Amino acid sequence: MSTVDLSQFTFEGLNREAIDDLNTLSQEDKDQLLLAGVVADESMRSASYLQMDHSAVHCRSHDEGVEILDIKDALKKYDGLKEYYWTLVDRDKDEFTRAADGNLHGGYFIRVRAGAKIKDPIQSCLMLKAENVGQNVHNLVIIEEGAEAHIITGCSVAHGTKAGAHLGISEFFVKKNASLTFTMVHNWGESVAVRPRSAGVVEEGGKFLSNYVLLKAVKDLQMYPSITMNGANSVARFNSVVVAPRGSHLDLGNRVIMNAPGTRCEIIARTIATGGTIINRGHIGAHAVPSKGHLECQGLILGDGRIWAIPELDGTAEGVELSHEASVGKIAQDEIEYLMARGLDEAEATSTIVRGFLNTDIMGLPDRLQREIDKQIEELQASDAM
Amino acid sequence: MLTIEDLHVNIGDKPVLQGINLEIKKGETFILFGPNGSGKTSLLMALMGFSGYEVTRGRILFKGEDITQAPMYERARLGIGMSFQRPPTIHGLRTRHLVQMCSRKGKVNPELLAGRVNMTEFLDRDINAGFSGGEIKRSELLQLMAQQPELVLFDEPESGVDMENMQLVGKVARDVLDGNFNIAPDLSSDLTLKARKESTRTAGLIITHTGYILDYVNADRGQVLYKGHLCCEGRPRDILDHIRQHGYQECVRCMN
Repeated sequence: MSTVDLSQFTFEGLNREAIDDLNTLSQEDKDQLLLAGVVADESMRSASYLQMDHSAVHCRSHDEGVEILDIKDALKKYDGLKEYYWTLVDRDKDEFTRAADGNLHGGYFIRVRAGAKIKDPIQSCLMLKAENVGQNVHNLVIIEEGAEAHIITGCSVAHGTKAGAHLGISEFFVKKNASLTFTMVHNWGESVAVRPRSAGVVEEGGKFLSNYVLLKAVKDLQMYPSITMNGANSVARFNSVVVAPRGSHLDLGNRVIMNAPGTRCEIIARTIATGGTIINRGHIGAHAVPSKGHLECQGLILGDGRIWAIPELDGTAEGVELSHEASVGKIAQDEIEYLMARGLDEAEATSTIVRGFLNTDIMGLPDRLQREIDKQIEELQASDAM
Repeated sequence: MLTIEDLHVNIGDKPVLQGINLEIKKGETFILFGPNGSGKTSLLMALMGFSGYEVTRGRILFKGEDITQAPMYERARLGIGMSFQRPPTIHGLRTRHLVQMCSRKGKVNPELLAGRVNMTEFLDRDINAGFSGGEIKRSELLQLMAQQPELVLFDEPESGVDMENMQLVGKVARDVLDGNFNIAPDLSSDLTLKARKESTRTAGLIITHTGYILDYVNADRGQVLYKGHLCCEGRPRDILDHIRQHGYQECVRCMN
């Protein structure tokens, strides 16, 4: 396991002025936000949150069904959020959780009120702007009974910022018959270290759908969000698309624990190494029946790099149905030849297959974010990396 | 159109074709018979240029050009199209997108073409993902219609197809061979209707086991491939009747 030396980064004093209107951001910052799925004019968004370095600079809801606050304000307003705050992630887990606990810079508190069906996504971006900044955030998401929402959250570094560290705690509560779609797009830098520590709990009939996209270089990222399905008939689904260029070291995956009957989950990760390292973990534990889980790790090594798939299935009751499918390889020759027989040359065939592999249509993203991702994939292919 | 001269092909060290000579004229439909393992599929694969099918002797000419060593995409662009038996699934590649890419000559209307093979609802699915036998055939024909080849290689158009689908597959296969791609005819030329029809016909090399496809297409000639050698040329119907009565044993005698 790689290590991060936190003493290299500035965890004090990088406070930022509040920004009332995101349109007043520089074009470069706005472009960075867009890469993360965040639109500055807040059109087609029900709420927005922006964290820059050590400050929550913008926080606004456009829908009465959504309460969005700087976590520091939420802790004051709700008397420390005792039922939620640090209940899913152990504050003493490692040096990163301890750092976030001891010196909190912000993070979003999102509560979707019971029964509210929020049509437009809630957007958030956690941005590193200063050079060598260390950022500690703690996010809390509560989707109350019967509510539905889509949160798009991006993390990015400002244009020109090279080095930084992001330590983020996230805790998710999906209540009875509630549904959360959580889309995360990462745009870090080549010298950024990232340590999210996330966990969630899903109650009866609840749905947790997660999308994760990482197409840009990041020096060192390690995350293994864990979702516990405590309610009967709950559903969890994870889709990840991850690329590791040279210099990227990614240790990531998803863990799902099914503790109630009638639960279903699916974890699908599609990864490409073009010189970097990907450790792709996956764990499904099934401890009640009936329960059904499927885990898929598909990896392509293009050029060079390393993909280490570690799928784990853990069943402790008769009648659980768990399966996994893992592959690490190159683009299949029969796929290339199929397209060449239609008149595509080898380079066209290869890039068509890679584009398909990275296809994110299934995630149901808003048009502008989808276009940004498609553009990034094209840029990736135009570069020599693929 | 297609001339095969003394073609020898190996898979690894194993010879699978040993001295094939064959000529297919423009617009002609040629049927290839033969028992399992006789080298029929290998011949198609070698003509298309698949890796692993090594030409050790002889040559392949298409429209006068020696394509023996040409890469697959050049053969495809020259006008050779192939219907695959077991095409791979390509994740994230929509059937619609592939149909568009098949047409290098310009615009095609995927909806229009898909309607003809009852594939409209498959346009937004990943190519070949979970397709049944009949759906694969229809999807292959859809791609061929977009590609508009001058020579089509069909590997067992009837395999894995139920009777209901067979009618559609057979009819569209015939359309493809007739050059009926739903493209407006060139009315400016002085050719008679009959001559124009002749000039737009697509040549075909079809492998069949059961012969069902003969109920749909106008096959001109046929031949039996047996253990890597071609023998017994004749009218496809006659060959089929003969095989039905006597099996392929006759071919062995014929060869000796």
